[in-house]
Amino acid sequence: MSAVMAEHTWVDIGPIASIPRLGARVLKRNGVDIAVFRNAEDEVFALLNRCPHKGGPLSEGIVYGRTVACPLHNLCMDLATGQAQAPDEGRAATFAVRIDGDRVLVSMTPV
Amino acid sequence: MAKERLVLVGNGMAGMRTIEELLQLEPDLYDITVFGAEPHPNYNRILLSPVLSGEKTIDEIMLNTRAWYDEHAITLHTGDPVVDIDRKARVVRSEQGLAVPYDRLILATGSYPFMIPVPGAELPGVMGYRDIADVDAMIATAREHKRAVVIGGGLLGLEAAYGLQQRGMDVTVVHLLDSLMERQLDKPAAALLQASLEQRGLQFLMEAQTAAIEGDGRVERVRFKDGTEVAADLVVMAVGIRPNMALAQRAGLHCERGIVVDDTMLTYDPRIYAIGECVQHRGQCYGLVAPLFEQAKVCANHLARLGYGRYEGSVTSTKLKVTGIDLFSAGNYRGGEACEEILFQDPGAGVYKKLVIQDNRLTGAVLYGDTIDGAWFFQLMREGRDISGIREDLLFGQAHLGDAGHGGQTQAAAMSDDMQVCDCNGVCKGEIVRAITAKGLFTLDDVKAHTKAAASCGSCTGLVEQILANTLGSDYSVPEAKPLCKCTDYTHDQVRAAIRDQHLTSMGDVFQALEWRQPDGCHVCRPALNYYLIATWPNETADDSQSRFINERAHANIQKDGTYSVIPRIFGGETSPAQLRAIAAAAEKYDVRTVKITGGQRIDLLGLTKEQLPHIWKDLTDAGFVSGHAYGKALRTVKTCVGSEWCRFGVQNSTQMGIDLEALTWGSWTPHKFKMAVSGCPRNCAEATIKDFGVVAIESGWELHVGGNGGVKVRATDVLCRVETPEQVKEYCGAFMQVYREEARYLERTAPWVERVGIAYVRKRVVDDEVGRKALYKRFLASQKLAQVDPWKARAAGAEAHEFTPLHEANG
Ligand SMILES: Cc1cc2nc3c(=O)[nH]c(=O)nc-3n(C[C@H](O)[C@H](O)[C@H](O)COP(=O)(O)OP(=O)(O)OC[C@H]3O[C@@H](n4cnc5c(N)ncnc54)[C@H](O)[C@@H]3O)c2cc1C
Ligand code: HEM
Ligand code: SF4
Ligand code: FES
Repeated sequence: MSAVMAEHTWVDIGPIASIPRLGARVLKRNGVDIAVFRNAEDEVFALLNRCPHKGGPLSEGIVYGRTVACPLHNLCMDLATGQAQAPDEGRAATFAVRIDGDRVLVSMTPV
Repeated sequence: MAKERLVLVGNGMAGMRTIEELLQLEPDLYDITVFGAEPHPNYNRILLSPVLSGEKTIDEIMLNTRAWYDEHAITLHTGDPVVDIDRKARVVRSEQGLAVPYDRLILATGSYPFMIPVPGAELPGVMGYRDIADVDAMIATAREHKRAVVIGGGLLGLEAAYGLQQRGMDVTVVHLLDSLMERQLDKPAAALLQASLEQRGLQFLMEAQTAAIEGDGRVERVRFKDGTEVAADLVVMAVGIRPNMALAQRAGLHCERGIVVDDTMLTYDPRIYAIGECVQHRGQCYGLVAPLFEQAKVCANHLARLGYGRYEGSVTSTKLKVTGIDLFSAGNYRGGEACEEILFQDPGAGVYKKLVIQDNRLTGAVLYGDTIDGAWFFQLMREGRDISGIREDLLFGQAHLGDAGHGGQTQAAAMSDDMQVCDCNGVCKGEIVRAITAKGLFTLDDVKAHTKAAASCGSCTGLVEQILANTLGSDYSVPEAKPLCKCTDYTHDQVRAAIRDQHLTSMGDVFQALEWRQPDGCHVCRPALNYYLIATWPNETADDSQSRFINERAHANIQKDGTYSVIPRIFGGETSPAQLRAIAAAAEKYDVRTVKITGGQRIDLLGLTKEQLPHIWKDLTDAGFVSGHAYGKALRTVKTCVGSEWCRFGVQNSTQMGIDLEALTWGSWTPHKFKMAVSGCPRNCAEATIKDFGVVAIESGWELHVGGNGGVKVRATDVLCRVETPEQVKEYCGAFMQVYREEARYLERTAPWVERVGIAYVRKRVVDDEVGRKALYKRFLASQKLAQVDPWKARAAGAEAHEFTPLHEANG
């Protein structure tokens, strides 16, 4: 477990207030886009910003509960696991998120 | 706190549907125990006939496997009927001696076949037709014996007869009356049916009253009142069903023809619900699945302590599941006083259709030989749609109205399994049929979720409904009133009424007042609610950008690669060299990949990244452009022709009229996108007759059109009226838009809306009622004062900056 933890490269992406409630912002790094979501309970999640269906930008979807609906064809993805809601299939890669005070840190290594 | 205990007596279709509905609402509220008299888990009883005829196996018709019960922590006792309810101690006792206490009890004991009390009815070889055991017995008999008699020429009897014949028996159907299926068919249709079944080798004895069944140790013959007899090795009685209410009666619950329940499915004991074929609701007992499923929804609503579901009875429809015979019947098919009938007969082709109409509404239908429009007729009946406008063409069906989309002319039953049904998502008929049977699907929504058929443009909905009906043998389409989404049981109209009547001005208020099931709704309800709120209370509601689809949030059109397109507004489609230069400059500066003239006479700049949007908007707004709203459920464009200014045929200045209309209406949010056009003469070069609001110039003024649509389902407009002055055109246009904004459901285009409410209604509101029209127009203008703020200018100046900038750009 600790070996895995050691591999995380945490990036401080700023205060939680910079992400709109029930919305998302995009974190760009080395050409990879990561969508960082904030829900109504102020939980923060990070997913690869590519829908497993046809690559839609998940950051642009409507957020509710722990779910985001892809803006292109409405696949609903679980924010915590990246898994599409049954009966749909597919999974978006997730990234670990840590909240430190009011700062949000995102790991650059996919879970 | 220990969970409450819920016990279900009757492991059948209605009872288990209730449990499934309940689990969706409240998965953890109860400890659930289920008792079933049959030795099987819950199966799809209506598919017994295909099992009998050999077209399906028992395994194929299972709905809930034992593993499913385990997964949901439901205790299941099969083959063990409940024999006693102790209502004081609140305990049920089973035949095998189990005693299970309950806090809530559901009785869903179904019904049993009525056996005519004639001498010999108890002989071996005489049976009813109700469950897997009956089907097993019939199949076993067919292996060893040859002659079968089915007593009863109704739905069930005919299916049994057909199945037995498929198993190789010689079958005689005995019917008391002179006409088959008299509860669903009128005489002409029944005669066609009988002729076609005779052709398949079934024999009929009509107006025959059974006197006795005779045999030595086993049935050998059936004897009739008139002294004649037929030989028989098997007699199936299918003369009707009786609600299974003995258990309830013994427990002292009030029963009449069935267990009496109120609109919440509660019996006279407040801890005991009853649903399904065993109940009597408002004097009515049902024998089909669709109404039972509506009851299940209501019962689950109360068990989940939501407490607002009401069951108010059902209209039912039937389809006979005999392969190769197309028959559909629904509602009051008999007609009667104050009803009119429309008839079509083609005995040569074996086609008969009858529609019954009352007060401009369809109230009943019998179709024989060509049932392609059954689902559509049934929908018209349930919606109570005004059909005066389509009356003449009604009988020829939906395809004839140009309303069925590109798949509508194909008859689902005639399609082969590899034919494509849904052209958007590439789904074939075979896939849909397999999903319906393998996954136990009953509703259009189920099919959409599992196969994606009908989930995009929706034009194949009619076909998918037909396939559902053909596969399951009845119309399962969702109950009359569809809930807005999974977060609520309220319909669009109910939610809207609550927002208006209870003066709800924020989404939180709506969630609270209407007891939404998810604290922040979902992607289906939030955009709808946001629209209803801003359209109802424009002065008091703040637009919620997180509840808008990305296009409306970013004020640009998202494309399949995640880039955006931008369309500046060009009023009436009339531009100038200066405007074109500004657009060209912006296109070059931001490296626009494609510049395209749109179908609505505008210029589309494609391939911009989100970060570029505020910058290009700044350049465009500096040059005097506002957003074209090409992305919104809003006024899109007003297309015009050159009109009397230039055209040798033009009779009015259509270009100026278009510019004025667009200046009046731009920026307004509508339930769905809204397109307009103005033509300068009846040649109609601007194609105004396929627009939501179309204007065609005539010598004496203007002809106004509404409810047109291009796209997948082409619909030509209805003429609203003629007016004389441009001022009137504007007033009627604003008033029409306002009724549509106030009363249509979110995502309902004007075409289906006008069809639903009837053009007569629209005329009444917009044309006949002058005071009302002026009031509508006034409300429209008031809301436009707030709506006509250019979203691009605001964002170019820095509004919502977080939307357009990445959070953090880091490399390395
Ligand atoms: C052959 C056939 C074809 C049909 N075709 C169609 C069709 O095409 N379209 C349509 O809409 N409908 C059709 N129906 C009718 C439909 O199947 C019924 O309306 C529906 O199954 C009724 O559901 P229910 O839950 O009320 O009763 P059931 O499904 O009968 O369930 C009741 C269950 O309760 C059990 N039970 C009874 N008493 C007790 C007790 N004391 N303890 C424990 N368990 C008990 C019974 O054994 C049974 O399993 C058909 C029916 C049959 C028999
Ligand atoms: C009797 C038949 C018709 C006649 C005589 C006619 C004549 C004309 C004329 C004279 C113009 C003006 C050309 C100009 O801009 O200088 C025109 C434009 C046009 N016509 Fe027709 N037309 C007819 C039918 C149609 C039909 C049926 C359509 C399409 C459904 C159509 C589509 C158009 C379009 C799109 C334009 C361009 C309008 C614009 O300038 O924006 N026309 N037509
Ligand atoms: S609609 Fe009439 S006025 Fe307009 S361009 Fe066509 S012919 Fe000319
Ligand atoms: S790309 Fe996400 S649903 Fe199609």
